[in-house]
Amino acid sequence: MYQWDFGILWSYRWLFLNGLGVTVGFTVVIVVLGLVFGLFGAFGSLSRFRAVRLLALTFIEAFRCTPILVQLIWFYYALPILAGVEMTPITASALALSLYGGSFYSEIIRGGIVSIDNGQSEAGAALGMTPGQAMRRIVLPQAIKRMIPALMNQSIIQFKNTSLVSVLAVPDLVYQSQVAAHDSYRPLETYTAVAVAYAAILIPLTILARRGEKRLAVGE
Amino acid sequence: MSETSKIEIRGLRKSFGSNEVLKTISLDVAKGGVVALIGPSGSGKSTLLRCINLLVVPDGGSVRVGDTRFSFGDGSKLPDVKTLAKFRATTGMVFQHFNLFPHMTTLQNVMEGPVTVRRMAKADAEKLARAQLAKVGLAEKADQYPATLSGGQKQRVAIARALAMEPDVMLFDEATSALDPELVGEVLAVIQRLASEGMTMVIVTHEIAFAREVADRLIFMRDGVVVEEGPARQVIDNPQAAATRAFLSHFHRTGALPPATTVS
Repeated sequence: MYQWDFGILWSYRWLFLNGLGVTVGFTVVIVVLGLVFGLFGAFGSLSRFRAVRLLALTFIEAFRCTPILVQLIWFYYALPILAGVEMTPITASALALSLYGGSFYSEIIRGGIVSIDNGQSEAGAALGMTPGQAMRRIVLPQAIKRMIPALMNQSIIQFKNTSLVSVLAVPDLVYQSQVAAHDSYRPLETYTAVAVAYAAILIPLTILARRGEKRLAVGE
Repeated sequence: MSETSKIEIRGLRKSFGSNEVLKTISLDVAKGGVVALIGPSGSGKSTLLRCINLLVVPDGGSVRVGDTRFSFGDGSKLPDVKTLAKFRATTGMVFQHFNLFPHMTTLQNVMEGPVTVRRMAKADAEKLARAQLAKVGLAEKADQYPATLSGGQKQRVAIARALAMEPDVMLFDEATSALDPELVGEVLAVIQRLASEGMTMVIVTHEIAFAREVADRLIFMRDGVVVEEGPARQVIDNPQAAATRAFLSHFHRTGALPPATTVS
């Protein structure tokens, strides 16, 4: 029977906290940047212009249909050779994760917009609104409510995907725990603690999101 | 007639793919006139109505409402979104399925056009919106959301929303077709009062008795063409074309309108 000893992890607390800080900070960056890419992808794929639609769809499918691990390695090793720009592991992984997340956000945002009955924007147009006004005043406020659960879900996946940046030696929680595990010869305790740390952050967030959803549903 | 007409449609054509929905339609509506468009489904009457405020952009012909005229087809440039929006602001439209904005209260629904499109100050827009809601008998529902209203109440809010733009013309697209029978009367009563106040209106409807009562002209369409047109009572009581007779035989053409008990 294995003898658990979590006490040994205490001496690595600063290492873990450091890693956790990087993980959380990284998540904030890739969620925000991902949403920006997602907005461009969504509105691009709904554009009146064929070329813009094509460009947006290429972006979405390229990042949605290739594994994130491959993208991370590709951005760090291949892109500098092709584009001639050196990137730090942090820049490369932030870019790859944001674009990857952005491709999924795009589809969520696009899906939310097209799910709103056409009669809504028609009613806006009949009042004399421009398509932009109808989008901002009528369609988006309704669409965002429908997008929120899926956006939240995708952001949770983004948070967990940050664990992959350890392959590029970005010192996130997983990377630091690898260091701790090698040093302490206690991988079971280390990775159990890491899993608990991820869950401890995400579970309260999901509860908050669920409450927010209920509040948004008022008036429907 | 075209000298004084408020709406003038000439040679209007529209196809969806290979399906020719409107085949060279012309139509005049006098200022203060009420025209009823009737016909079987697929006859093109809703498309014609949507061409009047250019929710559907025609392939050919011309549309004039008031002093604004648009020509289509044969190299004429399509109007840009700003021009279209400005034009549509002068025509009110009421839809079969109401299309109220579910995320706004009744009052906000009616204020939305004046605030967003006419750039009216909130306080003025609210005053206008409350007046319009009172006019359709729903002043006390101002702070409720559309989901809490009956179909007839929703449609009256939709009419108030359109009227808040103070339009020159009102277009009704089967405004009572989605309503339970007992709720039809309250909506028709509102439309009838608008007619008596001199609003220029085009009404797509299946309420033949109502059309006979309220419209001064009636147009019967089938397969994208106008089959018969004339004074409403005359066409309904004594249709000339065989197709008109066949269509009208499905309806009670006369008799009392449905009672409008809830509108005072």
